[in-house]
Amino acid sequence: MAGKIRVVIAKPGLDGHDRGAKIIARALRDAGMEVIYTGLHQTPEQIVETAVQEDADAVGISILSGAHMTLVPRILELLRENGADDVLVVVGGTIPADDAKELKRQGVADVFGPGAPTSDIVDFLKDAVPA
Amino acid sequence: MATTEDPRAERQATSTERWKEELYEATPERQGELFSTMSGVENEPLYTPDNVELEYERDLGYPGVHPFTRGVYPSMYRGRLWTMRQFAGFGTAEETNERFRYLLEHGQTGLSTAFDMPTLMGYDSDHPRSFGEVGREGVAIDSLDDMETLFDGIPLGEVSTSMTINAPAAMLLAFYACVGEEQDVPIAALRGTVQTDILKEYIAQKEWIFPPQPSMRLVVDMIEWCSREMPLMHPVSISGYHIREAGSTAAQELAFTLADGFAYVDACVARGMDVDDFAPRLSFFFNAHLDFFEEIAKYRAARRIWATRMRERYGARNPRSWLLRFHTQTAGVSLTAQQPEVNLIRTAIEALAAVLGGTQSLHTNSFDEALALPTEHAVRLALRTQQVIAHETGVVNTIDPLGGSYHLERLTNELERQAYEYFDRIEKLGGVVAAIEENFMQREIAEASYRYQSEVERGERVVVGVNRYELEDEAPLEILRIDPALERKQMDRVRAVRARRDSAAVEQALAELKRSAEGDTNLMEPIMLASRAYATMGEMCDALREVWGVWRETPVF
Repeated sequence: MAGKIRVVIAKPGLDGHDRGAKIIARALRDAGMEVIYTGLHQTPEQIVETAVQEDADAVGISILSGAHMTLVPRILELLRENGADDVLVVVGGTIPADDAKELKRQGVADVFGPGAPTSDIVDFLKDAVPA
Repeated sequence: MATTEDPRAERQATSTERWKEELYEATPERQGELFSTMSGVENEPLYTPDNVELEYERDLGYPGVHPFTRGVYPSMYRGRLWTMRQFAGFGTAEETNERFRYLLEHGQTGLSTAFDMPTLMGYDSDHPRSFGEVGREGVAIDSLDDMETLFDGIPLGEVSTSMTINAPAAMLLAFYACVGEEQDVPIAALRGTVQTDILKEYIAQKEWIFPPQPSMRLVVDMIEWCSREMPLMHPVSISGYHIREAGSTAAQELAFTLADGFAYVDACVARGMDVDDFAPRLSFFFNAHLDFFEEIAKYRAARRIWATRMRERYGARNPRSWLLRFHTQTAGVSLTAQQPEVNLIRTAIEALAAVLGGTQSLHTNSFDEALALPTEHAVRLALRTQQVIAHETGVVNTIDPLGGSYHLERLTNELERQAYEYFDRIEKLGGVVAAIEENFMQREIAEASYRYQSEVERGERVVVGVNRYELEDEAPLEILRIDPALERKQMDRVRAVRARRDSAAVEQALAELKRSAEGDTNLMEPIMLASRAYATMGEMCDALREVWGVWRETPVF
């Protein structure tokens, strides 16, 4: 029998926009997942450390500071360096379409923009994380 | 003959109740969508003198007269329109200076500066934590040198400038004052607003540096210094905007903002200041969200509560201390990435609520802001929205034109009641700072934000283009792209400043700042000295970090 899906919700960067991250964290928890919320202003190093320590199935990165093209690739790189590239990475926030395409090319599983229903994210994780 | 009323006698139904029972309920209501306000305040189908308590002189009075429910000035927009103040900032000081001039050329009447995340957090542009964030969500300002560029060609004696900066507000105010000095404008003549509201940072916006206690000291230092040296500056703009953007209800925005305001008053009084020496320069900043009447009620309730408490509780004698004057920004959180042009309509309605609520200045968001920082085209349309309201709709011709609406007066009373209830709860927790440390407001907001999101996902609240009337294929919108090269350019700028300044003078100024922080003298003078020596904002913040430490929150969701 498979355990609960373990998800780290992470806020990299310096912005304080945490409404979305908290709503997602709560929606995933209500959907029966194990959720670890990192809190604000995390460096890519801190996020990857949490993901590895918590043995996460997925990392949800919420970013609204415009620094996604700097910070997300760095997180992907650090996951690989730590042998944790099986961790599913999803990104949420104000990510322009071109950037979303590029992030997916680099290995992000999916990007959820403003207005995405939390149920879509729940369904996505349930499908994508091997049971 | 007088008869004693029998309490057991059945109360007579009012005619409104009879109307509801006999006529209203005879036809079915629409199903599915909620009839409560966006914040969850229940609404009756109809308000009349039967179900609204109102005593005209006590509750409303006249514009410019206590309790100022109808407006802070006797003539309101018949005397002077609100200040149209579009918030702007991106890239380096050069790019933002260009945008400022563009806005002034198009009829804007005040400036408002958006700083980038590193500046908000007190990091210089070449700090490792700033990587990828420089100039992205606002302008990067590292030292007086950048401030000089930001206001190049803009006479500071003739404009009023608002600066959305909190944790390092004292440094940015000092830079501004220094630019004034260089332009030969006496700093006492400089006009504007510095946000400085650190309490709402812990509650909602989360751009902090130091722990609450030393942060409060820095705020009081600024208020004290401004009341003496820069009497035309508003040293604090007590802000509900970010509280609302973080997902609060209208009542929470109202209550937490005013509670913060009273906390600053308490802190200044504890310093030994006379309330009438600083209260007239306190100002406020609210959100304008989509629930039209609830927003207008919120502004009216805010004025009434502030006036009442400042007079009754703090014994303010100067009528200007009773006035709650405020800036408004339309709700960024209400903008959708889907069918973004529809945001023009949302913003227009929100702006109308702000004007009908008697705002002193207004920022209208641009329709593309759910996607990126706005283009010039989008910003111009946002400004034009205000101009249409001001000059074409006629709503400015009569003061508080919705005053006396049974519905509006009852909502005003209800929001006021909820605010006082929150004041009591916060007081029981030991005041605002103690409540913040216990995550009280943070939890209340997270709760409200999750409730609203759940209502949207169940379809009980409709968001056009998001959960109804969606389009399958949307044409991509042209958005503003921040050139990544600007980060490098700004890093070079701050390094060049460090290379050419007198480093001994900087060392000395920073040491003096640290010594003052360890003691209890006002920190504005040492910050002014360090600014003139071209010490950077990050260096000054570092000096204070060494003395005071930094704030870490326990995250809750």
